[in-house]
Amino acid sequence: MSEMREDNNYRLTQARALVRNIEQGNDSEVNSLMESISALHESTLFHELGKLTRQLHETLNNFNVDSLVENLTKNEIPDAKERLNYVIKMTEDSANKTLGAVEIGLPIAEELKNKSTVLNKKWQRFRQRKMPIEEFRELSDEIDDYLDWSVIQSEKVRENFSHILMAQDFQDLTGQVIRRVINLVQEMEGNLIDLVRISGQRMKKEPLEENVGPDSKADGPRIPGCDSHKDRISSQDDVDELLSSLGF
Amino acid sequence: MNKDMNILIVDDFSTMRRIIKNLMRDLGFNNTSEADDGKTALPILQAGNFDFLITDWNMPGMTGLDLIKAVRADPKLAKIPILMVTAEAKREQIVEAAQAGVNGYVVKPFTAATLKEKIDKIFERLEAK
Repeated sequence: MSEMREDNNYRLTQARALVRNIEQGNDSEVNSLMESISALHESTLFHELGKLTRQLHETLNNFNVDSLVENLTKNEIPDAKERLNYVIKMTEDSANKTLGAVEIGLPIAEELKNKSTVLNKKWQRFRQRKMPIEEFRELSDEIDDYLDWSVIQSEKVRENFSHILMAQDFQDLTGQVIRRVINLVQEMEGNLIDLVRISGQRMKKEPLEENVGPDSKADGPRIPGCDSHKDRISSQDDVDELLSSLGF
Repeated sequence: MNKDMNILIVDDFSTMRRIIKNLMRDLGFNNTSEADDGKTALPILQAGNFDFLITDWNMPGMTGLDLIKAVRADPKLAKIPILMVTAEAKREQIVEAAQAGVNGYVVKPFTAATLKEKIDKIFERLEAK
């Protein structure tokens, strides 16, 4: 308020001096007073222009952030959702494959133990010469059956162990996907910090760090429904076809 | 195909290295070594006497693609057959790997049968030469 009063007092003094000088016909003094009054007016105009420019600049900055946020919400976050759903699916599939293989293998292992225990007891009786010849004939048939059975069953166990082995590939594939989502979250954090900076005090913007992943060119496992994965090949057969077209 | 050949398996995920190592053992190959990216793999290849390289693409430090380029550029290593086993499945990536000099390309997730088939094919072709 006091500044405004001072301003007005100054203007009043100048106006009075102007009137006085015009009445006295003091031309040169009149001119210089007129100039100083218009200069005061111009400086206020420049001040207002400066304010407007700054507002425009801030609006433009905000607009940039808006388009970043738009890309995040329209593409990257839905992609991240697909990626995380893929992680759930991969881990679930892997757990089911492993459990399925164990459910097949465990009863076989149990049966193997039971049959071996029975045969072992009989075999010991034979070794101790406590077995009559008719019973030994029976035993030797049983051993025949057991050997045939065990060849088939042990192959089944091997097969299921191999399924369990392959089911562990989820750790690599989901690990790659989760790394990417972590990078996205870090990028979003950076954008949010920028947003807070812009809407608060105006500060110098630091450029966002790009290519945080292990390899920006590589983009990890193929995820169904992931927008950025539309141009990907969908099976090993397609890979083979492409390679053979290249002379492989 | 020589079952005693020395094989280097390169992948940044130790679980995947173990899977491949076990599959190779299942196929009768017992001499496998491991490295977790191109940077550690290259000196191992240069120091050892390796007959076959199986590598992932996406790894920190040095990628599989750069490793392949480095191997092909090294006169001592240039002839090693290379199988790429990776989740990368873009058309241009497969073309790029082919141009860099891979002998085979398997996309993750893969089956034991696919891995065997590709390895057989690589050595059949080499032996036919």
